[in-house]
Amino acid sequence: MSDYVVELKNVTKRFPGVVALRNMSLQIKQGEILGLVGENGAGKSTLIKVLTGVYLPDEGEIYVDGIKQNIKTPNDAKNAGIACVYQELNIVKLLSITDNIFINKLIRKKNSRLLDYNTMHKKAHEVMLSLGQDVDEKKPCGNFGMGILQMVEIAKAVLVDTKLIIMDEPTSSLGEKEVEQLMSTIRTLKARGVSILFVSHKLEELFEVCDRVTVMRDGEHILTNDIKNMNNEKLITAMVGRTLDNQYPKVAGKKGREALRVENLNSAGVLHDISFTAYHGEILGIAGLVGAGRTETCLAIFGAFPIDSGNLHIDGKKIVNKSPKDAVRNGIALLTEDRKGQGLVLSQGIDTNLALANLKKFSKGPWLNKGKIRETGNKNIEDFKIKTPGLKTIAGQLSGGNQQKVVIGKWINTDADIFLFDEPTRGIDVGAKVEVYHIMNRLVAEGKCVIMVSSELPEILGMSDRVIIMREGRIMGEIERESSKFSQEIIMKGAWGGKI
Amino acid sequence: MKKSNNIKKILGKLGPLLALVVLTIILTIASSNFLTINNVMNILRQTAVNGLIASGMLVVLITAGIDLSVGANAVLCACVMGMLLDKLGIANPVILLGSCIIAGVGIGFVNGLLLTKLHLPHPFVSTLGMKNVLCGLALFIVSTKTISSFPNAITWLGSANIFKSGGFSGIPIAFLAMLLLFGCFHLLLNYTALGRAIYCVGGNPEATRLSGINTDNVLIFVYSLSGFVCAIAGIVIVGRSGVANPSSAISPYDTDAIAACIIGGASFMGGKGTIWGTLIGALIISVIRNGLTLLNAASDVQYMVIGFVIIAAVFIDVTRNRMEAKARRLAGK
Repeated sequence: MSDYVVELKNVTKRFPGVVALRNMSLQIKQGEILGLVGENGAGKSTLIKVLTGVYLPDEGEIYVDGIKQNIKTPNDAKNAGIACVYQELNIVKLLSITDNIFINKLIRKKNSRLLDYNTMHKKAHEVMLSLGQDVDEKKPCGNFGMGILQMVEIAKAVLVDTKLIIMDEPTSSLGEKEVEQLMSTIRTLKARGVSILFVSHKLEELFEVCDRVTVMRDGEHILTNDIKNMNNEKLITAMVGRTLDNQYPKVAGKKGREALRVENLNSAGVLHDISFTAYHGEILGIAGLVGAGRTETCLAIFGAFPIDSGNLHIDGKKIVNKSPKDAVRNGIALLTEDRKGQGLVLSQGIDTNLALANLKKFSKGPWLNKGKIRETGNKNIEDFKIKTPGLKTIAGQLSGGNQQKVVIGKWINTDADIFLFDEPTRGIDVGAKVEVYHIMNRLVAEGKCVIMVSSELPEILGMSDRVIIMREGRIMGEIERESSKFSQEIIMKGAWGGKI
Repeated sequence: MKKSNNIKKILGKLGPLLALVVLTIILTIASSNFLTINNVMNILRQTAVNGLIASGMLVVLITAGIDLSVGANAVLCACVMGMLLDKLGIANPVILLGSCIIAGVGIGFVNGLLLTKLHLPHPFVSTLGMKNVLCGLALFIVSTKTISSFPNAITWLGSANIFKSGGFSGIPIAFLAMLLLFGCFHLLLNYTALGRAIYCVGGNPEATRLSGINTDNVLIFVYSLSGFVCAIAGIVIVGRSGVANPSSAISPYDTDAIAACIIGGASFMGGKGTIWGTLIGALIISVIRNGLTLLNAASDVQYMVIGFVIIAAVFIDVTRNRMEAKARRLAGK
């Protein structure tokens, strides 16, 4: 018998252009709760996907009970005794709890093809009860809240004698009481000898429930230690600790007058009292963990996310953005985080995409001004160094970096004054990144206001004049570039719930 | 490499035309009556109604939608004129034509509202419901009677021919009107800001909305436009048959129109299709119908053949999409 229930040895996983996991090792003892933390992009998700058979590692081995496993598909992982409760639950809401629990292991009556619902209902009730949930297992899952649904997922895992349950941000969508219940369920599972890999953005939860904790950074194992030997400071230092290189061509702008003032933006459960001011001639960075409400803030400003209350002022004048159309008219541009889903019409040409946000400018009356579209398009291609066979090339055929430049071009063609850039360099290569930074510098030099959401701390630090830090839909603090607090450690501290 | 790509592209574009030519050659060989000037005019005459309806359907398909109420809408529009004539004794062509067009556009407008404001899941459901409502309504307003004796001003569009002489039956006005309308659609789709918006809504509604375009209004316009051409088609139907027959509302106008668009290069995925492709598609369907009639095939065979053509066209559509997605993937690497 091995000491460890599940062991990951020297696992490496590469994607085109990046190494997501580098020689990563991880050991989980039987009946222990191991916390896993790291900043955005540290490789936690990839690690989970390797363990659950979604990704095949390029190098390295996975052992369960000391036996080398050949996990190639999610089914292999399940058979090896590894289950995962994802953030996005795999629940069929119209079916009952029983149906969901037994969805892939239906029990039939003896010598018959007919289903034995009596037994299934009984078992489902028992297992839910053992997880502390006295619920009517015959009711459709849609009738229950997230907390119970999570328990259904856990019940699915418990029923098949799972050795390791991975929980990916299990508390992110739960209320306070549900979190308490989850914690007690986790302890129950532990007492039964089930191991748990607990991935969370909330340090206090780790300290509450974990035995040991592993920190990852840039796809690598940084440290594993008993939780009692750790504290907030030590964890955060381990998570950041990366050296800053000088790949950011930051040109200091001239901070001008107020461009956008956001006052007390509220959206139930998502945004709480978001207030900040952005100025002409500056890049305002918004830092925070994934799910901190940064994207929602941008969308809310842009009129594409419902708010319950709050005011917007542009150049001191109050405005209301009921729809993106209003926002565009008010001089706001939004580069969305999801380039393919929300930024580009992939099936249309570059020319159409470049003109899309300001068709009025490119028309005379109802008619398109094709000459102007061609002229501006060619200028855009030249200005932003978009590599394309031609202006009419379908946007879907460009590389990620060039697509991003098309989206940026689209917004620059609107003559907007305020640019919301949500993850402007996600998934594009280094060369294109630098070009995007140059465009941002140019905008700032022209006196525009740029607000940049980024999950890459070096990028935030490298390009921002000022940074606001968000956590769980709230603004935790604000740091000026000149301040001595303008560092990865302080920002991470804020993002993880510490005082700045 | 590039050259072969270009050839593929041209073939893809000219594919429907090629099919039409091949079909014509086959039918010319099979039937001596096929390629006569009067039969060709006949085909054009038969194409007009489907072509008109298909033009509206095309614009709807480009937005990744569908309008199953088109046939019922056209027949209802015809019956609206019949009702005014029969029950209220109104024979003023301006009033009749005006009411017909208002009815068509109004129904399209409601279709648009159902989709955008009531957030019904897919226009398939709402327009299918609308189709049934309209079938019933058509029967109701004329008390299930077939109305005839329309004034000449009404039947002119569907029945008149120009350059009629001797043995030549003349060029049908309905087809020429359809061509004129197609020209307008060509301008709309290719030379106006609205046209760009229509393609973009179909290609990626979310990106279009987030580019500051009121996608709801674009969709409402598109369904209203479909309703408008249905009204015109309704007028042609009355002219061609001389009557407004409410029970013809269940004729397969909708599937014929969809088939014409898909054969012509439109896609259920939206964002694609041209009006000239649709013209070819509509002609192909008419040629098949006409040719089969000349070959003495009864309507049962005709239905089956058209059915297979539709299935084949959809199959070509998905294959085309898959190939394009593959090409994109390869290009992205």
